[in-house]
Amino acid sequence: MATTAKNELEKPLVPVYVTGGRTFAEVSEDVSRPLETFPTATWWVCFIIATLAFAVGATLLLQTFKQGVGLWGLNQPVGWGDDVTTFVFWVGIGHAGTLISAILFLFRQKWRTGINRSAEAMTIFAVMTAGVAIMTHTGRVWLAAFWLFPYPNQRQLWPNFRSPLEWDVFAVSTYFTISLIFWYTGLIPDIATVRDRAKNKIRKVALTIASLGWRGSNKNWLHYEQAYLIFAGLSTPLVLSVHSVVSFDFAVSQVPGWHTTIFPPYFVAGAIFSGFAMVVTLLVMAREAFNLKHYITMDHLELMNKIIMTTGMLVGYAYAVEFFIAWYSGSAFEKFTFINRAFGPYWWAYWIMVSCNVFVPQLFWIKKFRRSIPLMFVVSLYVNIGMYFERFVIIVTSLHRDFLPSSWGTYVPTAVEWGIFTGLMGFFFIFFLLFCRFLPAIAMGEVKSVMDQPTKKDAKGGAHHA
Amino acid sequence: MHSPQKQTDAPKLAGVLGFFEDPETLIEATTKVRDSEYKDFDCFTPFAVHGLEHAQGLKRSPIPFVTGAFAFSGTILAFLWQYNASATWWPHIIGGKPFNSLPAFVPIMFELSVLLGGIATFLSMVFFNRLPNFSKRAFDPSLTNNRFAIIIESPVVDEHDDEPAPAFSTEKAEQFLKSVGATETRKVYQEGWF
Repeated sequence: MATTAKNELEKPLVPVYVTGGRTFAEVSEDVSRPLETFPTATWWVCFIIATLAFAVGATLLLQTFKQGVGLWGLNQPVGWGDDVTTFVFWVGIGHAGTLISAILFLFRQKWRTGINRSAEAMTIFAVMTAGVAIMTHTGRVWLAAFWLFPYPNQRQLWPNFRSPLEWDVFAVSTYFTISLIFWYTGLIPDIATVRDRAKNKIRKVALTIASLGWRGSNKNWLHYEQAYLIFAGLSTPLVLSVHSVVSFDFAVSQVPGWHTTIFPPYFVAGAIFSGFAMVVTLLVMAREAFNLKHYITMDHLELMNKIIMTTGMLVGYAYAVEFFIAWYSGSAFEKFTFINRAFGPYWWAYWIMVSCNVFVPQLFWIKKFRRSIPLMFVVSLYVNIGMYFERFVIIVTSLHRDFLPSSWGTYVPTAVEWGIFTGLMGFFFIFFLLFCRFLPAIAMGEVKSVMDQPTKKDAKGGAHHA
Repeated sequence: MHSPQKQTDAPKLAGVLGFFEDPETLIEATTKVRDSEYKDFDCFTPFAVHGLEHAQGLKRSPIPFVTGAFAFSGTILAFLWQYNASATWWPHIIGGKPFNSLPAFVPIMFELSVLLGGIATFLSMVFFNRLPNFSKRAFDPSLTNNRFAIIIESPVVDEHDDEPAPAFSTEKAEQFLKSVGATETRKVYQEGWF
């Protein structure tokens, strides 16, 4: 045990990914404990709130299915509002998990091991939430599968493969499938660890099936590691492609404010930005609630805050470039759209977006702020709000005043739309809370491989090096 | 017909298991086992120990070839599908674009390559690892927790083989594992999970 007091002045020569001098057995113990004990009162309170929120949303969605999307504030000229905003918001959030698990893996960023499992879980649930948002926005959702997915039929009718909306169907469903199997592959050895600790017979059987009977044989690890590397390699271009394709939904159209080439990189930066903010929001709570401070350390949070600040500035740069190009294009419509964005009827949405996304994260220039839990929690909430408004601004302000002044209009989300938005938030949190309760929230197998290893000397009874 | 020999309840000997407490010793010991007379052996570790595959003398996994083949067929399939739907089965002029609008087909070609490649990667990982494995129980709960092990497997007896299998002495194997640094050794038996 490395409990001996370390000289405060002595800095570790190698980065410490797990603090508190944990041993392998203690890692398994710490991570499995929340799964093996009855959930705490806090968990139940959160779970009940999430379920109630979801119940509200589900009721309103049912009402929408019965009466139609007329219950929403959508009309000409604003045909996309809160529904598509919510979709893009959640798909964006769903980008951080794969970024952490795939891109940081390829760059050999070992600190990812502490946070990748929960970030990937967040990705999957966020994409599911986005899926619900976009499927229900079609109105008659029971028919959506026929419009969206190409299926062989006697009339030889196919969706329009030249449409970005159809590309989006493929991009998002591929992303969900690949993220899910990537996540499950990562879970297999950890479920095996939990299985081998199980006392209850039914629990053991269930976990044996879920872990596919994994035994940790090195002949298995060989194929496993190879598959994991390939998943990382496949997911890296995939994660960049998904939000690019989402941005094509707008960029391929002719609407001023949408028709820009900057959209793909701008959307990807925004997705990473919002995703990391959501990861910080969730992990700050989870590390407290499940006592995971040795695994999700202050260093992890600081690194994530640095990424939030960087991507926040990328997004800010995109806002500026959009304005510049609107002027430089010489197009009267483009110019008008951007002036209207910042100073028109939706000026408040625009300035909420700029304040939350560009100004607030600048606090992270100061190290003390990057390492302050309450501050980073508040900043991450601001970023979440700002990124909702970014999509709202892009979608609504571009649509509400386009070419013909005679067809201008306004859009205000109705209570039904806000209720559905809240319900989807509940939907996401139900899954996230269940995940924290039933699956190991830290990738034990990966954390063990990057932490302080016992050496030969320890086995012979020598002192554990600090 | 009944088999001539009645199935006994006693589980079959799987081999001899030697435990190690740290990855460093494990890798050194594995190298020695690889160079010994014992050819059927494997390691059990709670996480992927880097360098162990070389110590064990394992060949590279063939999964990349499977992924490549499926990803490539995904590309081709997506192109043929979109091409035929747009140009052959029901050709429509949309936005003045040609029937074969290749650039517009690229996103789905990419997505389908990743989708088929990814699913094939997972399935081939499961296939090569002989998962799901419900017939071979884990030998010790500590092997997915904090300890490492090498198993020297008892040779498979093939009754159709003319030559009898070489005698397998568990004592000798246990001694050998101890000599390469195992802190504990034991005989293990082959049991199913359920």
